[in-house]
Amino acid sequence: MKKIFTFIKDFLIERIIFLCGILAIIFVFLIFLFLLNQGISFFGAYSLWDFLGGKFWYPASDPPQFGILSLVIGSLFVTIQAALISIPLGVMTALFIAEIAPPVIKDILKSVVELLAAIPSVVIGFIGMITLVPLVRKLFNIPTGLSSFSGALMLAFMAMPTIVSISEDAIRSVPWSYKEGAIALGATRWQTMYRIILPASLPGIMGAVMLGMGRVIGETMAVMMITGNAAHIPSSVFDPVRTMTATIAAEMGETVKGSTHYHSLFAIGLVLFIITFIINFIADTFMRKTRR
Amino acid sequence: MAILTVTNLDLFYGAFHALKAITMMIEEKKITAIIGPSGCGKSTLLRMFNRMNDTIENIRITGEVCLDGKNIYNMKTEREIDRLRRKVGMVFQRPNPFPLSIFENVAFGLRIHKKAKGQVLKEIVEASLKAVLLWDDLKHKLKTSSLRLTLEQQQRLCIARVLAVKPDVILLDEPCSSLDPIATRRIEELMIELKKQYTILLVTHNMQQAARISDDTGFMLLGKLIEFGQTSCIFTNPREKETVDYITGRYG
Repeated sequence: MKKIFTFIKDFLIERIIFLCGILAIIFVFLIFLFLLNQGISFFGAYSLWDFLGGKFWYPASDPPQFGILSLVIGSLFVTIQAALISIPLGVMTALFIAEIAPPVIKDILKSVVELLAAIPSVVIGFIGMITLVPLVRKLFNIPTGLSSFSGALMLAFMAMPTIVSISEDAIRSVPWSYKEGAIALGATRWQTMYRIILPASLPGIMGAVMLGMGRVIGETMAVMMITGNAAHIPSSVFDPVRTMTATIAAEMGETVKGSTHYHSLFAIGLVLFIITFIINFIADTFMRKTRR
Repeated sequence: MAILTVTNLDLFYGAFHALKAITMMIEEKKITAIIGPSGCGKSTLLRMFNRMNDTIENIRITGEVCLDGKNIYNMKTEREIDRLRRKVGMVFQRPNPFPLSIFENVAFGLRIHKKAKGQVLKEIVEASLKAVLLWDDLKHKLKTSSLRLTLEQQQRLCIARVLAVKPDVILLDEPCSSLDPIATRRIEELMIELKKQYTILLVTHNMQQAARISDDTGFMLLGKLIEFGQTSCIFTNPREKETVDYITGRYG
């Protein structure tokens, strides 16, 4: 009798765990289907080519124009700048935490970096708006501080925790025997780091960077508050830009449900989904490489 | 001629007394084996000679270790210690080639010390690989990853990597313990070949290996160097009772 009970319990628990696992896959799949369904109907009313290649985003003019080129460029422009700031900073922080810092400082730094991830993006956006934006305006003597550069600075902050903690894991998982071999050959600490540890952990670091960039390109609140939201192709880093995410967030509330404009926002969401999917896929490929 | 002399050496890991009053002389261009049961301190002793124990925290050392008459524990700067490690190379228990190409593994030491580049570098890499008998097998695959090699080849590569920086002394920490008997015999032959040019210190838990290839042998137990002398004497006519017990297989 007891045996049968144990059997049933095992069976049920196994099924429940299976269900939980499979649900995650189903949800992602459903979200994608929903986006696809809503986005595809947009292309019945507007051509895919004009959508992807059009420079003008005038959804309210007559006839409306739904060209997302400036939005895509805006997103990528901010992301690239954020990457240029956060990658060196993040990787070096990770190297410092994993290899150089004495234990006390290491613990403090690690928790502070993780705390950084806990700050809501609207708070980061708000702080950026009242401190960074005026500072950038004064420092570079430009008409407005609401620019892609200010946005990138704030986004770099937001990508740091991901880049630092995953890179640090990768660096720490380099076998001690590699370091030992290098030290025994008379390599200095720095030579060991950049000739052995960094190359050995590079796939993991690349994965960390891609995940960080995935976070940046999907970030909405902070960029909406700081980048100025002008939908035109920027000619300098101090120009305002508008990102895909900010466009969706800003306009979703003002559209008529079921209109072309409404569907166009879903189409942007679809583009965004595909971009982040590719980024995550690349990150995953790199991470798998380290584990081997 | 003694190239390395150890005088009254004690080492503490925190409160643990790991090496106790060790005194010994290591002859130039000979193979000196250190044998003893696991945990007796033989690897710790080996790591004294290139100051690898410096990487461990909470360690205290008294006594002297002299290389060519100079106490290496008087060295203060990192530069001096790095230079010492160039003179005293080390091969580890598990082959640990770097995750780089075969060529870059051997070239590593030369690159970091800026000793050679271009054609000279290539020549030294070739000579080093020839010395460990890898050249003929690998000369066409120098660019492939070293991690693809067999364990024996990896260990040979690790020896070649040490030879490339032209050390005086080579420390080997149980270099055959992850190899099969045939590979072990070939590495032993290599060690005998290498002693023509280098002083070799070998830590091994394999008594037969010590008997086969070493000129001098030290027997360690619980941090003490119980007996040290010519290998033939140690194995046929040991003075101490502990040595007799160990080499006749009563513990270990």
